[in-house]
Amino acid sequence: MRIIADTGRCIGAGMCVLALGEVFDQSEDDGTVVLLDAEPPASMAGAVRRAVQLCPSGALSIAETSGGDQDAAGGVKGNGD
Amino acid sequence: MTEATTHPVTLPLTRVHPFDPPEDLALWREEDPIRPLAYPDGHQGWLVTGYAAARAILADPRFSTRIDLLHTPIAQRDAQFRSTVRRPGFFLRMDPPDHTRYRRLLTGQFTVRRMKQLEPRIEEITRDHLDAMERAGGPIDLVRAFALPIPSLVICELLGVPYDDREKFQRDSSVLLSLDSTLEQVEAAMQDLLDYLGDLVRHKRAEPEDDLVSGLAADTDLTDEELTGITTLLLIAGHETTANMLGLGTYALLRNPAQLAAVRDDPEVVEHAVEELLRYLTVVHIGPVRAALEDVEIDGRLIRAGETVTISVAAANRDPERFSEPDQLDVARPASGHLTFGHGIHQCLGQQLARTEMRIAYPALLRRFPGLRLAVPAEEVPMRTDMVVYGVHRLPVTW
Ligand code: HEM
Ligand code: SF4
Repeated sequence: MRIIADTGRCIGAGMCVLALGEVFDQSEDDGTVVLLDAEPPASMAGAVRRAVQLCPSGALSIAETSGGDQDAAGGVKGNGD
Repeated sequence: MTEATTHPVTLPLTRVHPFDPPEDLALWREEDPIRPLAYPDGHQGWLVTGYAAARAILADPRFSTRIDLLHTPIAQRDAQFRSTVRRPGFFLRMDPPDHTRYRRLLTGQFTVRRMKQLEPRIEEITRDHLDAMERAGGPIDLVRAFALPIPSLVICELLGVPYDDREKFQRDSSVLLSLDSTLEQVEAAMQDLLDYLGDLVRHKRAEPEDDLVSGLAADTDLTDEELTGITTLLLIAGHETTANMLGLGTYALLRNPAQLAAVRDDPEVVEHAVEELLRYLTVVHIGPVRAALEDVEIDGRLIRAGETVTISVAAANRDPERFSEPDQLDVARPASGHLTFGHGIHQCLGQQLARTEMRIAYPALLRRFPGLRLAVPAEEVPMRTDMVVYGVHRLPVTW
């Protein structure tokens, strides 16, 4: 899986960092999201999905790379919008 | 799509049980998670009580937080509503791109990492207040001795507001957040606070110190008026909310001794416990409130442009479709995903600060005073149903 972060939408709430600090960080300047690992291993898929779900602004999404897990068709949108 | 079929109701505030939202909200959530709501000024809008709909609306850019578009769901809140009309810097009540501009200037100051750096100082402040309680001896009002001063001092130090002036701003902000205040009282308190913080901002520009207001004055192109608005918003939002979580949260734990013991004795539980207390208690007990900017269809309901929607996150946080046994306080459950800090672009800026304060303060209090107990019968604890932020007015305790 590959994580896509749209820093234009990010509001720096830090939910992703709180949920999964190994993968997400926040910039020192404006607090927006920084990906420490844009293609985390499959073993982290569940935790990544949970973090993406928690993002309040819809700044995070997931693109499944080939050979990735089967349960996501096409890509997962983070937010409820 | 169906038009409103259920008859409009008015928003209840009265509680049967101090920790549970008004009972009707649970009934309505079952019947109709998005239902018509009659607003006191005659407006016909909506009330959202279901988790999925609440989250969707809070994340939807077709809904605005602009005060001039909103109708207030409870009559007493009109004064507070009107007092914040279009003040520079009050980005809680702005839509993008104005909101984005202000929020971006601040998010770097409230990152998870920044809040971690504050931990030692928050621990020290907590210890000082526990020492003072120990010296004074019980019974004591936990709100005055612990729950209010800790977040007040923390936000003062962060902003660079002299804590010695606390009586002034604590008084002003309690007028601003009381549902019983008249418009005149609210406006006077707001003006008083703006005058005071306006002076502070000019002072920080002239003689910068190592604090957030000085930093914003130096590094941004914010005007004095904007910076004053931001400081006012942060000062009010930064102490009342966490203070009520500390007071009400302690009260809830005192009424649930097994849960209290878990928070006291098991450091592993603390992180979950804070989220669960946030969910279960939802101190922002009215709203948030939004207005539709265009016609929006959600779950077969047509919300028309201009209609106000009150999103009861208190009810949404008890939605059994999202949280199992939602009316049970269970500090061991993973309660993340609650809507207590809101959702969408306005989700609380200070949430990581509030979490840090709570994660330190609850266990420190319970460990220092293992025999902590109420000093009055439970029915005598005065509840803040009359305030914008729910909680306890006083919490007499002893040990
Ligand atoms: C337990 C404590 C807290 C709770 C329950 C809480 C709750 C909330 C909620 C529900 C919102 C969103 C309102 C809406 O969408 O209309 C919000 C926004 C906000 N909160 Fe908090 N808050 C807490 C602590 C704090 C602290 C400590 C600060 C300050 C440092 C703070 C500053 C803010 C600000 C500035 C906003 C506006 C954000 C925006 O519009 O982008 N809050 N808070
Ligand atoms: S959770 Fe979303 S909004 Fe918050 S910092 Fe991460 S990407 Fe940005």
